[in-house]
Amino acid sequence: MDSPDSIVLTILLFWPLVSALLVILLGRSDSLIKKGSIVASLLPLGLSIYLLFEYDSGTGGMQFEQFAEWIPQLNAGYHLGVDGLSVPLIFLTALLSTLSLYYSAGVINERVKEYFFLMHLLEFSMIGVFLALDYVLFYVFWEISLVPMYFLIGIWGGENRGYAATKFFIYTLVGSVAMLLAILGVYFATGTFDIVEAAAAQPFAGNLTLASLAFWGFFFGFAFKVPSFPFHTWLPDAHTEAPTAGSVILAGVLLKLGAYGMLRIMLPSFPEASVYWATWIVGLGAFAIVYGAFVCVAQTDLKRLIAYSSVSHMGYVMLGIGAAAAVMTPEALASAVNRFGLSAAAIQDSAAMALNGAALQMFNHGIITGALFFLVGIIYERAHTRDLSKFGGLATKTPHFYALMLTAAFASLGLPGLAGFWAELFTFRGAFAIMPYWAAFGTIGIVITAVYILYRIIQNVFLGDYDPSKHTHWTTVQGEHADGPTDMVGFEKVTMWPLIVAMFVIGIYPTPLVNYFNKSARELLAFVQNLI
Amino acid sequence: MGDLGYIAPEIILLIGGLFIFCLDLAYDPGVGKKSGLSYMALSALFLTAALVAAVLQLNISDPEAGPKVAFSMMTIDNFGSFIKVTIFSGMVLTTIAGGRYMNRRSGNQGEFWTFFLMVSLAMSIAVSANNLVLVYLAIEFLSITSYMLAGFLRDNRRSNEAGLKYFLYGSIASAVMLYGISLLYGATGSLYLHDIAAAFSEMLGESTEVSGLAFAALPAMLLILAGLGFKASLAPFYQWAPDTYDGSPTPVATYLSTASKAAAFAVLARFFVVAMASFEVNWVPVLAAFSIITMTMGNLAALRQNSVKRMIAYSSVAQAGYILMGLVAVTSSSPSAMDGLNGVLLYLFAYLFTNVGAFLVVMALEETVDSTHISAYRGLIKRAPWLAVMFTIFLLSLTGIPLTGGFFGKFYVFGAAIQRQYFWLAGIGAINAGIAAFYYLRVVREMFFTQEGEGEALDVPMALQTSLLICTIATLWIGVYPSAVLEWVSNASGQLLSVVP
Repeated sequence: MDSPDSIVLTILLFWPLVSALLVILLGRSDSLIKKGSIVASLLPLGLSIYLLFEYDSGTGGMQFEQFAEWIPQLNAGYHLGVDGLSVPLIFLTALLSTLSLYYSAGVINERVKEYFFLMHLLEFSMIGVFLALDYVLFYVFWEISLVPMYFLIGIWGGENRGYAATKFFIYTLVGSVAMLLAILGVYFATGTFDIVEAAAAQPFAGNLTLASLAFWGFFFGFAFKVPSFPFHTWLPDAHTEAPTAGSVILAGVLLKLGAYGMLRIMLPSFPEASVYWATWIVGLGAFAIVYGAFVCVAQTDLKRLIAYSSVSHMGYVMLGIGAAAAVMTPEALASAVNRFGLSAAAIQDSAAMALNGAALQMFNHGIITGALFFLVGIIYERAHTRDLSKFGGLATKTPHFYALMLTAAFASLGLPGLAGFWAELFTFRGAFAIMPYWAAFGTIGIVITAVYILYRIIQNVFLGDYDPSKHTHWTTVQGEHADGPTDMVGFEKVTMWPLIVAMFVIGIYPTPLVNYFNKSARELLAFVQNLI
Repeated sequence: MGDLGYIAPEIILLIGGLFIFCLDLAYDPGVGKKSGLSYMALSALFLTAALVAAVLQLNISDPEAGPKVAFSMMTIDNFGSFIKVTIFSGMVLTTIAGGRYMNRRSGNQGEFWTFFLMVSLAMSIAVSANNLVLVYLAIEFLSITSYMLAGFLRDNRRSNEAGLKYFLYGSIASAVMLYGISLLYGATGSLYLHDIAAAFSEMLGESTEVSGLAFAALPAMLLILAGLGFKASLAPFYQWAPDTYDGSPTPVATYLSTASKAAAFAVLARFFVVAMASFEVNWVPVLAAFSIITMTMGNLAALRQNSVKRMIAYSSVAQAGYILMGLVAVTSSSPSAMDGLNGVLLYLFAYLFTNVGAFLVVMALEETVDSTHISAYRGLIKRAPWLAVMFTIFLLSLTGIPLTGGFFGKFYVFGAAIQRQYFWLAGIGAINAGIAAFYYLRVVREMFFTQEGEGEALDVPMALQTSLLICTIATLWIGVYPSAVLEWVSNASGQLLSVVP
């Protein structure tokens, strides 16, 4: 099972943990901790790029697999592997982690050692979730990702940080315990904790009640994380209170864990239940798109607005996943052929497209919303407020900031030529063929998105004349007094530009990225089709 | 030598207890000069020797061979030895940590550490006893020594209240249990657990009809459950627990909520799984109901506490509910890797180190700032970073977060419940885990989430730090690599289940 270079994944996984321990043991001065952390985080970033190049999309499947014994009594092993879905997401994780560390080095000056320790620990747990192919291992990483984020919000957060951190922890914990029960159910049905083997053994096949119970157990775990309406209420609080890098990681990666879990576990393991409940998933997704967008329009806090836009944008992911799930099994495919009068191949193409859209949206949302949260942090460091009514006419004062915000906001809106467009196109193109009414309903959200992006953010913050009386307390990013808004400084530009470049590159030529996702989407559909 | 060798841990403890007692009588350096630390050291020495003896018994015994019998009334099997290892570990850690605490508060050190060893002896006998009279005597012995230890601080009203409350509840509970034992004796003509089991299975035979005196089994079972449930602090017999844990000297509260509870669960498991095997269909729903009430009541009460010591006291009631969940889901007929009994044992082992650690942190705060109120923990990360970090690890373990022992404990008991398809029980356990997280996190929040200025660094005694460090390492070790413990656990439960008729 081991391929010769399978050790790559173990190094990729444990290096952040080693970095975290080094921070504690060797971190004598703040500047040493900061520089060391940034340098240390380059290794996982490098390895994730190595994976992008070395992963063979032509062959597909799980690659770089590594297996070792862990708890033989339970048949739970240390099983790692990557496929076309996880490779880009690992790259996203490593990229955002490095950028967050780099940005934090500029703005975090309190309790530096703890902060960088927790950031490395967070990266360790997130990479672990994407690599784990064993349920116990998966759950372990899934749960421990809560702990560093809880402390990041609670220690470096805003005024109401204690409340927000506790809410975040307990909501996601309740969801994960439901998932734990479902994992145990799968174990007793299949006798293994291996995610791939368990899916192949089809737990509860033919027993829709038990399969649905397990399906919903997993769904609760994942839906709290995504977060899907109506489980999203922790998200605005957590985002608003979290420090900038915490928000970036939370929106950029942690939310993706939920959607990743749906694709990795729920769809392949419970195809019948997935088909049965697909309309619910699609409905929740479409509703989240519209609801999230409307709530955004009403926000007065810039960061809360972006947080709600995540609810809306993660709705696309749910929509895509649900649409593909609806036609997964041969029977469902056959009935869809009858209903729409299309060929089976055409419907399968649509399903694959919906899955590609969902996966692309996961990746793009990580890049775009990560960038938006950085930008909110950049303005907050200067204005010490996020109240939208305090801003206006910043375009002339901070042109660089304006240009970057404009790019990120348009990408978020789905402007062709930028990354967000392709995800929306693929998702809706796929979903229209399978669930036309829900998809049509979801498109309302696109219109409302334009409203809050153009009106609330661009016009409200940047356009018009600058009025100094609106907000008087300005500082530079170093905290010295300033007479008005100052433009971005070097380290902020360095943090932002990789994300902006990524938006353009993916927007203009998304093919390489789609290739990874398409391979694993096709594999997932073929896997389910060939089960029976 | 054979029988004596089997009860080596008990003999060591008895000699140790008597030795300290005589030394205390004979040696009198004059008023005000007595140092308790030497007694503490002796006590720790004897407990460690007993621990080593128990570990040896666990390792030497061949898991395939059946259990051995000592003096006809004690079964020496891996199950008992594993529980003894658990109990003695807790007692050693508490002893090392509690020396200075007791030294400051009481002059009668010789007495205290004598009782401490005697209490360990009583627990040790209780977990091995296979005869109900010996069970009763051991539990009574355990109770009486515990009453005295709980009320040991004579000049402290809270300690007196703790001892008295424990005594009043406890004496009724043991009377009730004795009544249950007499009913069983009347029904079956034996006090040996396996004879009782054999008599019942003969009475019931193949039929489902209750014949002969088998009907007496159900009231007897409930009465005995009441007696043992009191020791294990199960709802509704737990009311004494928070007051007693809160008022007793902290070393006493520590073992009452861990080692003593482990002993009670071992006796419960032996009684229900062996003697009451024929009535599994009857006791499973009863225990399930107790489990649900216990965890819910404990958690809801813990939510409102402002004293951390009292909060942990209530939380340890709730934890007993989870442990009981494992006993509910025991599968004597077809043992599997994730059997309920394995869950009980693993949970007890992990819980012991975690909860001892949590109480030791409380003790450290009592020692340094003389407060158990939650406000004393404010900004602890600045004053005593390692203490705050270790406490967080214990609290996360109690919550059941992975990489700590508490996670695998919960994992196993939930697993056992799911395996028996008690989805509702597992579901209620899951909801309770969420409630519990709230009050555990409240303490973490106090310790970390404040930007308040630096306080004076706390001077935690070296011995206490050592104990804490061992608890932390054990908690993390079980959480990261539980294989070794699981091997012990499955041997232990396998041997107990192998004698079930």
